[in-house]
Amino acid sequence: MSMPYYVSPEQIIADKAEFARKGIARGRSVIVASATDAIYFIADNPSRALHKIGEIYDRIGFAAVGRYNEFENLRVAGVRLADTRGYSYDRTDVTVRTIANAYAQTLGSIFIEAAKPFEVEIAVAQVGDTPNQDQLYRISFDGSVHDQAGFICMGGDSETVGNHMEQNWKIGASGQDTLKAAVNALFPETKPDITSLEVATLSRTGEGRCFSRSSAEEIAKLLG
Amino acid sequence: MNPESSFAAHLQSQGKLPSAISMGTSPEHLAPHGTTIVSLRHAEGVLMAGDRRATMGNFIAQRDIQKVFPADTYSLIGIAGSAGIALELVRLFQVELEHYEKIEGTALSLNGKANRLSSLLRSNLGLAMQGLAVVPLFAGFDSNLNIGRIFSYDVTGGRYEEHDFFAVGSGSQFARGALKKINALDQSEDEAIAAAIEALFDAADDDSATGGPDISRGIFPVIYTAGPQGVREIANDRIAQLSQEMLLRRSVEPNGPRAHLTNGRDRT
Repeated sequence: MSMPYYVSPEQIIADKAEFARKGIARGRSVIVASATDAIYFIADNPSRALHKIGEIYDRIGFAAVGRYNEFENLRVAGVRLADTRGYSYDRTDVTVRTIANAYAQTLGSIFIEAAKPFEVEIAVAQVGDTPNQDQLYRISFDGSVHDQAGFICMGGDSETVGNHMEQNWKIGASGQDTLKAAVNALFPETKPDITSLEVATLSRTGEGRCFSRSSAEEIAKLLG
Repeated sequence: MNPESSFAAHLQSQGKLPSAISMGTSPEHLAPHGTTIVSLRHAEGVLMAGDRRATMGNFIAQRDIQKVFPADTYSLIGIAGSAGIALELVRLFQVELEHYEKIEGTALSLNGKANRLSSLLRSNLGLAMQGLAVVPLFAGFDSNLNIGRIFSYDVTGGRYEEHDFFAVGSGSQFARGALKKINALDQSEDEAIAAAIEALFDAADDDSATGGPDISRGIFPVIYTAGPQGVREIANDRIAQLSQEMLLRRSVEPNGPRAHLTNGRDRT
């Protein structure tokens, strides 16, 4: 009779984390940054159909890296949660903290319970009246939440891209400067191909739904 | 429709969709009723206007209720009937369209939106049979056909596309009679606004449940228009001015503009 080998919990967690980290690093990067006029979501994404960036609610946006089918499920769950809360209570009662908490719970239990953890990293952001009032949360594959000021960089070689942003961008930058810095961080050597950029904004001044996708013409104009 | 992207289906599965209750007494005295909504097509799209009165039996329940709303960026919904249920239906319909758009990444077609409203309405059939009926009017700009379109409904969810104009609610016969004489499909948006104000006045003139322009309180019809650039609300100041001009004309000609019997229309 064969007996299963004993594997310590530490080893299981470490293996799962290693597995998830590898999956996420295989993809391309996404940057979320607070500019003076809006929160910018910038992704290196050649697909026109499979979005990495999405709208959650009036002032809340979503970005993800990793496996598309996994984060798409999470995005839909986020939209459902937001719409259900907004409909049951009031539109102003939908906050990014609720959404971030729900994602943390979901990813946390999947990481522990499922045989295979989700290979995703998620950012949710809520635009405020000023860049300092913006709330940016990054949620990792294991459900840990990081509340970040200024910008979030995830996926691919996020360390290099993040360092590049750190050096060339600071809070208080205009939308145009933010987009330029992010594109330079995503494509440090080559000239960026505009068709492989997915850009969306959460406008600071709009009423109601503030999320909008930028067209290739708008991106080209801003990049100059 | 894909159940994944239907917000109403999701709510139903969660048991959060408001459901039917049974009533013993006559319902029109229990809850306010909204009255007249008109919608008309014009050269640039479509327009919808509603009076501001809600009644409860012989009482005026509210003088400044809003009964015309943007459903999303390109469409409008107006409601007549039991106000509480109707406003809830509007709210659900708005979230339904937004939810679909967010989940699918693209907006529903105008036909799709109109059909969706049908099935939401049918789920209220139980209440409608008990007297708490809701009759919406749906209109929007169809970006595929590049025209404004109007859809009317019955309480069972039946959906009917209207041609040039339509009206619902207790004063709708009078408004339709008026529109029949002064409406024209090639009219500009400005002419359509004027025609809507005239038609609502005629409804208020002959139907006690429809409110006319209230000069002393500054309460005038709510008017929205939907065109290629999307939905826009007509400013209250402008409606106030147009209403006052109309009242001046009516002080001379109380029945409003006279249609010519021989050569088409006249709307001075």
